[in-house]
Formats: sequence, structure tokens, C-alpha cells
Amino acid sequence: MTRFALSRVGQTVGVLWIVSVILFVLMRLIPGDPVLIMLGDEFTDEAYRQLRAQLGLDRSLLIQYLVWLGNILRGEFGYSYISHASVADLVFQAYVPTLWLVIASLILGTIIAIPSGIVAAMRKDSAWDYGSMGVAIVGFSMPSFWKGILLIWIFSVHLGWFPAMGYVAPWADFRESMWKLVLPAVTLGTFFAGLVARIVRSSLLEVLDLDYIKAARAKGVGQAALVYRHALANALIPVVTVIGLQFGALLGGAVLTETVFTIPGMGRLTVAAITTRDYQVVQAAILVGVLSVVLVNLLVDISYAFLNPKIRVTA
Amino acid sequence: MRTLDGLTVESPGVTVPTPAAEPGAAAGIGRWWRRFARSKGAVFGLAVFLAIVVMAVFAGVLAPYDPLTQGVGAPLEKPSLAHWAGTDSFGRDMLSRIIYGARIALIVGIVAVLLALVAGVTLGLVAGYYGGVLDAVIMRVMDALFAFPIIILAIAMMAIMGFGVTNVIIAVGVGFIAPFARVTRGDVLAVKEEPYIEAARLAGIGNLPIIFRHVLPNVLAPIIVQGALRVSGAIITEAGLSFLGLGPPPPTPVWGSMIAEGRNFIVMAPHISTIPGVALMLTVVGLNLFGDGLRDTLDPRLRR
Amino acid sequence: MTEDQSDVILEVRNLVVEFSSEDGPLRAVDGVSFAVRRGEIVGLVGESGAGKTLTSEAMLRLVRCPPGRISGEVRFRGQNLLALDEPALAGIRGKEIAMIFQNPGASLNPVFRVGDQLLEAMRLHLREPARSLRERVGEILGRVGIPSAATRARDYPHQFSGGMAQRVMIGIGISCVPSLLIADEPTTALDVTIQAQVLALLRSLARELGVAVLLVSHDLGIISQMCHRVLVMYAGRIVEEADVATIFRAPAHPYTRGLIDCLPRMDGSARLGTIAGVMPGLRSLPSGCPFHPRCPLAEPRCAEEAPKLRSAGDHHSAACLLVGT
Ligand SMILES: Nc1ncnc2c1ncn2[C@@H]1O[C@H](COP(=O)(O)OP(=O)(O)O)[C@@H](O)[C@H]1O
Ligand SMILES: [Mg+2]
Repeated sequence: MTRFALSRVGQTVGVLWIVSVILFVLMRLIPGDPVLIMLGDEFTDEAYRQLRAQLGLDRSLLIQYLVWLGNILRGEFGYSYISHASVADLVFQAYVPTLWLVIASLILGTIIAIPSGIVAAMRKDSAWDYGSMGVAIVGFSMPSFWKGILLIWIFSVHLGWFPAMGYVAPWADFRESMWKLVLPAVTLGTFFAGLVARIVRSSLLEVLDLDYIKAARAKGVGQAALVYRHALANALIPVVTVIGLQFGALLGGAVLTETVFTIPGMGRLTVAAITTRDYQVVQAAILVGVLSVVLVNLLVDISYAFLNPKIRVTA
Repeated sequence: MRTLDGLTVESPGVTVPTPAAEPGAAAGIGRWWRRFARSKGAVFGLAVFLAIVVMAVFAGVLAPYDPLTQGVGAPLEKPSLAHWAGTDSFGRDMLSRIIYGARIALIVGIVAVLLALVAGVTLGLVAGYYGGVLDAVIMRVMDALFAFPIIILAIAMMAIMGFGVTNVIIAVGVGFIAPFARVTRGDVLAVKEEPYIEAARLAGIGNLPIIFRHVLPNVLAPIIVQGALRVSGAIITEAGLSFLGLGPPPPTPVWGSMIAEGRNFIVMAPHISTIPGVALMLTVVGLNLFGDGLRDTLDPRLRR
Repeated sequence: MTEDQSDVILEVRNLVVEFSSEDGPLRAVDGVSFAVRRGEIVGLVGESGAGKTLTSEAMLRLVRCPPGRISGEVRFRGQNLLALDEPALAGIRGKEIAMIFQNPGASLNPVFRVGDQLLEAMRLHLREPARSLRERVGEILGRVGIPSAATRARDYPHQFSGGMAQRVMIGIGISCVPSLLIADEPTTALDVTIQAQVLALLRSLARELGVAVLLVSHDLGIISQMCHRVLVMYAGRIVEEADVATIFRAPAHPYTRGLIDCLPRMDGSARLGTIAGVMPGLRSLPSGCPFHPRCPLAEPRCAEEAPKLRSAGDHHSAACLLVGT
């Protein structure tokens, strides 16, 4: 188990290193002089030269990359002259609402998905199965930004049940915060539920066909214990992996959902930064996003190994 | 051997004759179709997809108005007999814009996926067939690319390249390379061990002919399935970019931008957001159902 | 057969297993009838695809329905197992009738400890305090020949070899001391040396505990060493039934004769015979006697009339039109 975890950590570090190279190259590909962009409209030649040297842009690309990597590793993302704030602060402030939305959607989605997947598998080819799988496919096929608008139209504009937009930190006012989270979390959570419910169903069907399920029935295990103990314990292991794999999709969905509900998260930060050509912020936001995806995948892989005795006990 | 039941498929630059020859090809397609047609969802998905294709191809004939002309009706008109889907804030006919929007959606979706397919399959073939350091390097880069959420990678690329349909296609396409490379490589690794590949090698056939004539045809089915399933993802991604204002610039009729514009009028004129979204959702649902059907009938590993 | 009627613990009557297909129902098991007596080891032998697995699984309703459909009667202690509701049947499975399978490695749930899986079988059926049952786990594992049983009980299935896993399965099977153990090709997946050990274990346990065994195998050699009585199955039907000695001394059905000719002889002298052709698939069953296309003695009427099981001597019957003529 330890060996497995260590090797996965090693792989993750490798992936992150390549991510850093890709990101560095992407940022160098941006047309225009970054110094000019950073300085805005009014500046002196002296300020230009100073910033250029300060950013290390007068040195070779390799050195630039190493310096850049060094800064990032120390968590120094620099100062945004366009937003007049520390980039790290900006990104951190935007990260919290996004994370909050993603977690709420993850929980809501899983709560919906697992029972519906089980019901669909248990009553395969029945109206229940077709019904829940039909809803699932619509759920993840509906673009989240459009679904959000529909929800606002129905539940805010017409019924007035939930607020249409905004964000309040949970520690500032918990009730208000949850209240405002309902529609965004439903938007994103139903997308996630659709994806996961299908996986739960097919994974469970696959496991129910295996020999050890038949052997457990032959032992006298009842139908309920068969499904909920014997089959589900195995069927949910791949589901955990899928949840991890879909974390990126969830984060991407959050970017769009935030825009609809005017939540001041990573998505809005990034898009705004692109329009103001504040590339330091764009770069930091993307880096943090990718870092989250990679770390979640690492976590999922390790928990997968933990859930799976074949890896936990021997490797 | 995994075959496509006799389907002959174009691959990058090479025509690959699959084993089933003349009479077999038609019969193979017929057999495949009978299995495919058993799933109502798959047939429905195909029908919806074809309807959207017809809409896109014949947009010039089907659209009642020019999609860009302003003031063909009053601004923010509700759906009526004259304007079935109402008008937008510039008084443009929404139905015409939606019909033309299908063009952009399909072009971006299909071309971006083809781009990703060609690049990803090539990388996957090379990595899987040659193995070693090449494999390790390619696949680690793919892992890194895979870590970028598609929409975020596309946002970054749009920031670099600027707006416009071509750039949207490139941005979305790059985001889908990794999944194709992974699927291809995995299957190549399995096929590579088959005795007929070894036989071909012993017969002195070069690596490239082996890859294209013997390996590729045997890994095509899952690639095609991936392709079909990814087109819907590409269309959603394009719509998302456009919704964020990072897609093709106005006044191009794009579903995502229309939905974004309608947000501002959600109280007075909800049709502006809702109706283009229906078109988008139907396209995506149709493609997903069709892709599921393809997967169930073409990809023997995933068949259930 | 009246004299030992009281000893019969299980009686299968006219068991049919069908699958629906585009061209009508396929009968994979076609009217199988037999009985098992207390403590007896009965062999069910036939080529692969004959319907042995379906027959044994249908007795406990382990065949997935749909697509399958089971009919007939399986009489056990005065009740028809095929008519019981699911909970009542679950009370019999594992307690009164246990079953072990061909692939021991896949028969144990990979996420649970082996000892827990054995414990579960006992907890389901035995009303004893958990503690005493837990103690029995090591005892039973030891009894089926697993070294350092108490430690091994805490291991997971993937840490067991095929032979060890089958010992565990046998342990689970006998843990509640059933009246009947159905063993479906219990050694087919194992190495030859391991096969012999597992069979010896099965035989000694059955004798000690007085458990009857329905031993399913495609290998007449195994059957001859293990069983008291033999049922020969072909294309979903029982074609011959007799005690082991009779089967080998005077086989009545040409198919059984063919099977015996295929056996390697002790002295290694005689060459192996083969039965020409292959067993027909369910979709292409011939008319009349299903064996007639391969039968060296076939007559024209064999293609028209389907033979029923009829007496071919004392406690001996066969389904062949040529028997007794
Ligand atoms: N689910 C099923 N659907 C259709 N046919 C089946 C199914 N399961 C088993 N069969 C068929 O039933 C026949 C008997 O199978 P089985 O009992 O496994 O034979 P055996 O154990 O004697 O080798 C085989 O021809 C097999 O193809
Ligand atoms: Mg069998």
C-alpha cells in the first residue's frame, strides 16, 4: 500500500511538472509584450526597464522558466498591476466559492446518483430503469449554464422560492449561504448525478453477474444483503474512480454555473482576467484548477487502492 | 479479431480495407443496423442528430429570415406566427438564428473532434506500437493534458489565440486529444501481441504498413465510439465558451451567445435563452444516445 | 426402487430450463428426473454444454430468470423448492443444500476476508452465539486442510491459490452440515495433483458428516473414483442411470459406451477412442434421439422417435430405443 501510494505520488509530481511546462509555454505564446500589458497605459521608460528586469524577461527562456517555477513552488504568484492586488489573494478568494459549489454539487449528485443507479440496475429494463436512465442522460446533456437559467426563470422569477444570484460565505451567514447555494448546486449536482448514476447502474449489473454473487446466493444470502453488502461493496469501487475522473468536468461546469449565478469564483475571475488581459491571474487560476484536479485524482487513486484489498494488502 | 462488421473506414491518409469484402460489407452493415435498431434510444438519437444535420445543411432554405438582419421584427417579440421563436433585442428572427446556429455547432463539434481524433490516434498508435521512452513521454504529456478541465484549457487557449470560429475549433480540439490517445494506446498494446502482427513483422513488412494496415483497423471500433461520444462534448464546450463571450464574435449566430444574451431579458423575454438551449440540449442528447448505441453495438468490450 | 424410498432426500422431477430466443424457446435442460439418497455420492457426467451446470443451479433456482425459465419439481423434505418464495429458499440454500462451483478463485467475494465469508454462512443459518461461531471458523478451515487456519482466516481471497480457495468453498459448503452438497466441476480448474487432494477431502468429509453429494463432472474417471451412482447427461437429458459398477461393466447407452472408450486405461495400453462428431447446439437439436447423428448403432427410427428412460436392468435405466430389444 505504501509503495503504491509513493509511486502514485511520484507520478503526480511528474504530471504536475509537465503541466507547469505546458502552462509556461502557453503563457509565452500570448501575443504582445507582457510588460506593456502589466504596466497599463501610463509608465516611464525606467519603470518599463525595471519591471522587465524584475520579471527576468531579459534572461534566457530556461532561466525564466526556472525562476518562474521557483516562484510558483514558493507560492509567489506576484502582484497584479491591473487588479492592484496580490494574485495569490485574488485566486484564493475566488477559489473558496468555487470549491464550495463543487463540494455541494458532489454531495448532492452522489446522493441522487447512487440510489437511482441501484434502482435502475435492480429493475433492469423496467419503466424505472428507462425512466431514471432517461433522466440521467438529459441531466448530463443539459448544458449547465442553460439549466441554471431555466432554474432561475422557474424558481426565482416565477415562483420566487430561491435567490437568483450572489454568494455569501458560509461562515458569514450560514443560512443565507445555503439558501443561495441551492440553485447552483442543483444545476451542477444534477449534471454530476446523471454521469454517476449510469456508472453505478452498469457497474452494479456487471458485479451482479459475477460468480461470487451466485456463490453468495448459494450460501443463503438474501436478496437485500446480496445487493447492498456483497455487490455494492464491489460495484462502488470503480464508481469512486469515476467520481475522481469527473472532478475536472465538475470544476469546468462550476466555471459556467458561477457565471450564471454571479458567484465570484474562479470562472468569473478567469474570464474577467482574460478580458482585462491580466495574464498573471489567468495563469495562477488555471494552475490552481489543474492542481486541484491532479490532487483529487491522486486522492481517489489512493482511496481506490485502499478500498481494493488486492492492492491494499499486497502492493 | 475485432472488426467493424465489414465497415470500411477512412483513416488518416490511408484507406483500410477491412476483411469483409464486397458482399460482406453490405451484409455487415445490415447486421450491425439490426442490432443498433433494437435500441429505441439509439435510433431516436440518430434521428435527432440527422434532423440537426439537415437543419445545418439547408439553413439557407429553412430559415425564414436572414439571421443577421436587425429589425425584421420588433425587439424582444414573444414567439408568434411571424416569428416562431420570437425576436431578440435587436429585432432579429430567433428561429433563423437558431437554424444557422446549428451550422456553427456542428462544424465546431465535428471538426474539433476530427482534429483531436487524428492527433490523438496518431500519438496513441506511436506510443503503443513503439513503446519505451517514446511511449512514456507521449503518455505523460497526455496525462498532463488530461488534467486540464476541457473548458479551462479552451479558455486559456482562446485567451492566447483570440476569438473566432477557427480558434474555437483548435481550442476545443486540443482538449480532446488525450482521451483518443489513451483509448488508442490501450488497444494497440493488446493488438500488438496478436500472432498476425508478429507474422507480419517476420514477413519483413515495415512498421508503418503494419501500423496502418494491421493495427489500426483492429482498434478502430472503440475510436469511432469515442469520436461519436466526444462530438457532443465538443458542442457543449463550444457553447460554454460562447456563453462566456469567448467564442465566435458577434453577430455570428451561436447558441451559446444567444443563451448568454437572453440572460439579461430573462424576465421580459425568457424565450431568448430558453429556445436556443432546447436546440442545444436536443443535439447533445441525440448525439449521446447515438454514441451509446454505437458503443453497445461496435465496441465488444463494452457490450452488455 | 421402493425399498429405499424413505432414504430419498431430494427428488428432481421433469426439470426443464429454457431460454427464450428469436427462434422460439431453447431447452437447455429437457425433462431431467433423478433422486439423491441420504449420504450418497451421485455423479452427473456429460460433455461440456450438456446442461449439467444449469441442472444443478436450477435445483436451487440460481439460474437468472429471465432470460431463463425453470419448470418441473425439486422435492426436498416434502416441499417443492421451485415453488418456494425467495426468503424460504434462502433458508434452505447453504443450510440444507450447499453448492460449490467450478471456479473457486472467482467464487469468493474479493473485498471480504475469507474467514468472514465463512462466518457469514454460519450466521445466516445457525442460531449460536457469534463468539462460538467465530471460533468454529478456524476449526472448519483447519478441517478442510488449510495450514495455520486461524491466521489465514484474516486473509483476502486473492491471497489464496485455486486449490486453497476451493477448500475454503468446501468449508463454507459443509459449515452448516447440509444434507446435500452440489459440487459443480469442483476440480476442473485445478492442477492434477491438487485435484486428487481436493477430491479426497470431499469424499472423506462427505463420509464423516453423512452429507450426500451431487458431483458434477465431464470426467468419467473422477466419477468412477468418487461416486456410488452415475447419471449420464447428453444434450439436456439424462440418457443413462446406474450404479458405478454397472455403468462400467455393462453400459446400456451407446453414448456412455463411447465415454468409457475415451477413458485412458490403467495399463496405458489401449488407445483412446473418440466419439465422432460434436454434441449438437441447442439451436440445432436433431429430431428423435439427440445422439443419433453420432451414434454408431443408429437405426432409421432413431431419427423419428425420442427415446424415454426405460429399465435396462436392476436399478439401471437408459434412454435408447435399442435397449431391451
Ligand atoms: N443464459 C443462457 N442463455 C442461453 N443459453 C444458455 C444460457 N446459459 C447456458 N446456456 C446454454 O445451455 C447449455 C448448457 O449449459 P451448461 O449447463 O453450462 O452445460 P455444462 O455445465 O454441462 O457444460 C449450453 O449449450 C449453453 O450454451
Ligand atoms: Mg458446467
